[in-house]
Amino acid sequence: MNKTWLIIQREYLVRVKKKSFLLITFLGPLLLAAGLSLVIYLSVKENIQHKVLIIDEKAPAFNNLQDTKNIEFNYGTGMNLGQAKDLLFNSDYTCVLYIPRNIENSNVSKLYYKKQPSSSVIRVIEDKVESVVEELKLKQYNISREEFYDVKTNFVLNSIKFTKNGEEEKLDKAASYVGFFFGAMIYIFIFLYGVQVMRGVIEEKSNRIVEVIITSVKPFQLMLGKIIGVALVSLTQFTLWIVLTMGILAAVQSTVFKDYYDPAAIAAQTQVTPDIAKEIQMENVTQKKFDLLDPNNIINRTNWPLMIGLFIFYFLGGYLLYSALFAAVGSAVDNETDTQQFMLPVTLPLTLAYVLSAAIVENPEGQLAFWLSIIPFTSPIAMLVRVAIGIGEGGIPLWELILSMVALVVGFIFTVWLAAKIYRTGILLYGKKVSYSELWKWIVHK
Amino acid sequence: MNSILDIKGVSKFYANHTALSQVDLSISSNTIFGLLGPNGAGKTSLIRIINQITGPDVGSLFFNGEPLMAHHQKSIGYLPEERGLYKKMKVGEQALYLAQLKGMSKSEAMASLKEWFEKFEITGWWNKQIDELSKGMQQKVQFIVTVMHRPQLLILDEPFSGFDPINATLIRDEILKLREEGTTVILSTHNMASVEEICDDIALIYNSKKILEGSIDEVKEARSGNEFRVTYQGDHMAFAKALWIDAELKETKTIRNNLHSSTIKIANKKTPNDLLKAVIPHVDVLGLEKVIPSMNDVFIDRVNEINQGSDE
Repeated sequence: MNKTWLIIQREYLVRVKKKSFLLITFLGPLLLAAGLSLVIYLSVKENIQHKVLIIDEKAPAFNNLQDTKNIEFNYGTGMNLGQAKDLLFNSDYTCVLYIPRNIENSNVSKLYYKKQPSSSVIRVIEDKVESVVEELKLKQYNISREEFYDVKTNFVLNSIKFTKNGEEEKLDKAASYVGFFFGAMIYIFIFLYGVQVMRGVIEEKSNRIVEVIITSVKPFQLMLGKIIGVALVSLTQFTLWIVLTMGILAAVQSTVFKDYYDPAAIAAQTQVTPDIAKEIQMENVTQKKFDLLDPNNIINRTNWPLMIGLFIFYFLGGYLLYSALFAAVGSAVDNETDTQQFMLPVTLPLTLAYVLSAAIVENPEGQLAFWLSIIPFTSPIAMLVRVAIGIGEGGIPLWELILSMVALVVGFIFTVWLAAKIYRTGILLYGKKVSYSELWKWIVHK
Repeated sequence: MNSILDIKGVSKFYANHTALSQVDLSISSNTIFGLLGPNGAGKTSLIRIINQITGPDVGSLFFNGEPLMAHHQKSIGYLPEERGLYKKMKVGEQALYLAQLKGMSKSEAMASLKEWFEKFEITGWWNKQIDELSKGMQQKVQFIVTVMHRPQLLILDEPFSGFDPINATLIRDEILKLREEGTTVILSTHNMASVEEICDDIALIYNSKKILEGSIDEVKEARSGNEFRVTYQGDHMAFAKALWIDAELKETKTIRNNLHSSTIKIANKKTPNDLLKAVIPHVDVLGLEKVIPSMNDVFIDRVNEINQGSDE
């Protein structure tokens, strides 16, 4: 055990100290955060200075709109809409805002523009007009603003499917997409780290150090040490990625986007990075008019501790299962180019699960989804897609989850055992193209 | 003499061939034992069995009289023919890692490595990556990681390959020194000159079987025929005529004018004295020596013998 620990340490430290690891670990979140920030920036930041000409038929009600950093309000007193439109082309005005006389009843006004203003500019104008209209109405009905906020209600309607078995919450496709995201992450990371294990095995075999090492430890210890070492590397990378991404985003948000911060844009990004959005949501929970405060928002309905917990479980289970097979493939070949013939059957189930997860999103409680989420070769992806809709009432039955988890544990014990049999023979065999029948002989050989 | 390793009736079978067949060997403590044989004879299989990388299908091995077990691995050092270290790891880190895998504590390993690095004058390499070193330098590091845990039994597979003559001598001297200090060495090599130079005993493996075993002197003696080389001054035709009927003149070399060296095989019942009596009247004998075959000759003769035997 002590020697296995030494191997784990080496495998871990060698990888963590690599420049490429540091680069990816620290640059990854930076790039991700930069990408996200750029998207947010582009959607909220308007370089163009807007000069808005207001044609106010209710003058002087709208004469007091406050300018913002990039919007300047001007008043076309005495001008009609036609004149303003003409002026728009022959002046530096960028928009004409038309306030009709009946705005309190119609709740509609018009914005004419030469070049499409960004959504945030439109929203700012909208908010300003809306608050003036509200003010007008409050006066009309003689209501104070405080009373108004008291009365104003944020209503939520939960739609519920009614079946023979009783009530069931409506199928939640948005939740399944969160699961789909996690499934895709598992797919990518199992490949990423599984291939690292395979490369490590090939390296040891091709530079022959394996022969020295197995005079000190059992081949099984060497294989297991490598698999566990790389698993720890992956967990380190995840942790750093999450912490760093959150840190960078929080920092960027509190400095660069202080004025432009747009929660809706971030919420739109949450399909890509729900964990980050969640963090942002928690930080901004006090902000008013915030999409993420909407209890119906997918970010709020997702059970994050459960999803992240299951993500780690299924990633580790799937990784152990596949990396053992990758190790076996590595041991059976002399160099990486020879791995092709064995890689296809090993990676096929995983790829299949990934491809079929779109079907699981459509029907998370169908036969296909059930079997894919129970079979250990596909369950790490399939079960995460399914479990996102919830467990128990309205979601998947708890026993299915437990069965899937137990099957995965049994599955990786089996593949580790199988891989060890191939590995111990494979690492000592050089210069020979190995066939499947040969592999079979290694497995059944006592 | 006590034996450190006894190999009894060991056989190893692979799917399509027999790698070792009923091999018995006894390796005496504190000797250098040459394990010889052509490529593919089964030497590597035997070495892997001693190292417990694989197990024998039949037979048993004893280390210092005890059945060979996993805990004996720390008493064995192994330098494989195909050398290999982690290319991207630093020399010192790598040596420490391998020492700890052999069961040394970190402090023990540091002390031992420091000593060896100083002896080989490579202290400055500690923080270098392996792939920054030349092949010969890597070989030195590999030799050190093989011996650093002071194994009782050292298995060296072609230890001199890849070394320049100066470093090969350094390694040879270290091997001899290790024997003086009580280490037993199994030396697997095709370099017969080094076998003759440093081995005490040898065994020859051929086609999965042991076909020859013994001390170098015994083996050579046993393989030498009744052949003598006579150096003389005089007419070599006269010398040839003087030989009686059951002496066979194998070859004559002329060293310079009238100075010759002839190799003669005499019948088993005859002695060198009989030979001298016959030729002295005709030439001036300057010297006579018994022809001892080189290990190379022994090796080739014995293998040919086996091949002819199997042809018949």
